[in-house]
Amino acid sequence: MSRIGSRLSTYKRTGKTALVSFVTAGDPSVATTVPALHALVRGGVDILELGVPFSDPEAEGPVIQKSSERALANGVNLVAVLDMVRDFRQTDTNTPVLMMGYFNSLLHLGPEHLVKNAVEAGVDGVIIVNLPPEEATDIQPVFAAAELDLVFLIAPTTTEARARSIVSVAGGFIYYVSLKGVTGAQHLKVETVRKEVLRVQSYTALPVMVGFGVKDPQDAQRIAAYADGVVVGSALVRTMEALQSSEGQIPGALEAQVRKLRDAMDESDQDQRE
Amino acid sequence: MSPVNRKPYNAPDDGGHFGEFGGRFVAETLTHALDELTELYENLSTDEAFRQRFEHDLAHYVGRPTPLYEARRLTNEIGGARIFLKREDLNHTGAHKINNTVGQALLAERMGKRRVIAETGAGQHGVATATVAARFGFDCCVYMGEEDVKRQALNVYRMKLLGAEVVPVSSGSRTLKDAMNEAMRDWVTNVDDTHYIIGSVAGPHPYPALVRDFQAVIGRETKEQSLEQLGRLPDVLIACVGGGSNAMGLFFPFVDDDGVDLVGVEAAGLGIETGRHAAPLNAGRPGVLHGSRSYLMDDDDGQIQETHSISAGLDYPGVGPEHSYWKDIGRADYVAVTDEQAVDAFRLLNRTEGIMPALESSHAIAYAAVDALRRNNDEIIVVNLSGRGDKDIQTIADMDGIKF
Repeated sequence: MSRIGSRLSTYKRTGKTALVSFVTAGDPSVATTVPALHALVRGGVDILELGVPFSDPEAEGPVIQKSSERALANGVNLVAVLDMVRDFRQTDTNTPVLMMGYFNSLLHLGPEHLVKNAVEAGVDGVIIVNLPPEEATDIQPVFAAAELDLVFLIAPTTTEARARSIVSVAGGFIYYVSLKGVTGAQHLKVETVRKEVLRVQSYTALPVMVGFGVKDPQDAQRIAAYADGVVVGSALVRTMEALQSSEGQIPGALEAQVRKLRDAMDESDQDQRE
Repeated sequence: MSPVNRKPYNAPDDGGHFGEFGGRFVAETLTHALDELTELYENLSTDEAFRQRFEHDLAHYVGRPTPLYEARRLTNEIGGARIFLKREDLNHTGAHKINNTVGQALLAERMGKRRVIAETGAGQHGVATATVAARFGFDCCVYMGEEDVKRQALNVYRMKLLGAEVVPVSSGSRTLKDAMNEAMRDWVTNVDDTHYIIGSVAGPHPYPALVRDFQAVIGRETKEQSLEQLGRLPDVLIACVGGGSNAMGLFFPFVDDDGVDLVGVEAAGLGIETGRHAAPLNAGRPGVLHGSRSYLMDDDDGQIQETHSISAGLDYPGVGPEHSYWKDIGRADYVAVTDEQAVDAFRLLNRTEGIMPALESSHAIAYAAVDALRRNNDEIIVVNLSGRGDKDIQTIADMDGIKF
């Protein structure tokens, strides 16, 4: 079982909700990313998503769009992202790391190239935002052979029949997109998401992570009451953006920010156990 | 030129694939809307009442059929094959774009969606969308790169007069590709009440096939008019290719006619060798952008590159997936023409025929001039004159140093 699978199955047994963070690799600078990842883990993040920047990130809101543009201006490409993961793995061999991005900047050299290099660098899974399962049939066997998780998304607009077929091929976990919109949007409706997540959980044993639009500890706490994990991205990227002229403060600020999220989620997990 | 292997030609498959191209590479949220659109479109494609409504609008609102006009003075000036022009410039709003927006407005109406959105580069598709939105009483929002808003102020104002909201897009390179990203973001957010009118044979399935089928009226008329006026089919069809909708519209009804050569003309900009062009079929490689797999212009890291063409409508790093398929199976040839050649052709057609072509269409004229010389004077060339050039007068005047 992959690092993602073994960690999440432990959480499932103990009733702990996973905290998943997203930051863009190389934003605001190449040197900040690895210290930022370690800080996120110290603050209580369980799974790291590392964004691979793309010139045309069509599912992202303005915050992550701008972070991609900054990363690209810093010369970040797939090779550079894999170097960051390798560097991170020098001192952390436990925390699962996923790469998240778009088809063209991840798969431009083909699935074999991506999978081989990702596994060598210590990556555990990949999320390709614009790759639905129908278009992934050639790619999936390459991932499966290397035990690299290919994570798929389910959205509020996904029909039940389709969701059932997605869970049958998905690796690692299900990324549940909590709203109709782009990342970081403002209109998250925590209670309507609840029903949908419970429905997905009813026909898959895979953990269901909820992302898009989770801003603060209150959101995280309420989602933790039913989801297997909570993904926070734009809120962290915004923190890094605000501190880009004083990068030294970024690790500390991120650690404090995710600790608040973690504490709020732990409270929720505690309530459920009682 | 080798014939298409499978006859009758029946691409795309159920998933929208043209060989290894096309498909549906989108965020999961859009899949359901695309499924709905595909299903509706498949049902309507055999619906006689829908077909009649579409044809009625093309006749009475757009002004079809457009003439197939023999450009005798142009032919004489160049020498060689006889050149005919398919006059899409005479459509309402001045370009072929309206064929598609009329069709998609009818689809939106059937789906009960009262808001339409569009991306636009030069503004022609934006104007065509704003036009049908006004006619159907839809809310309309057009996304346009900040750079293009500056360059195409006239069309921006025109869209506003038509009641549309024009949203300048400041992300990325601030041009057409970024406008398309932003339109997709809007659609993801407002998918319940909004229909996205994509302006070319690009995007995720079913758009490439759907836009092709609405534009195919160009080729159907050309076929009928050729038989009527000439008693035979043309030897070659020539059209410019940005996303490729006017070319696909002209070519598609001839796909199984092996005797008819098809030539798409891309924008070579300052020259293919300079890297400053918009010719993915000539100088790109397959990749994924805006929902489908096709030839595109990207760098070694898979990042989409900025393009250059004097013609804003061709200034796009991708191309419709069916053109990529036709390139690979050899059904069509794709060549490229520079800014300079296009401008020369613009002037030539003005001077010899009293017709002012769009700079996009001028690329096709420029290649026709090259091709005609290689052919006998009993051979027939049809060029798609996809739009009129009034919108480009400022560009040409600037080159001539003229200020208004």
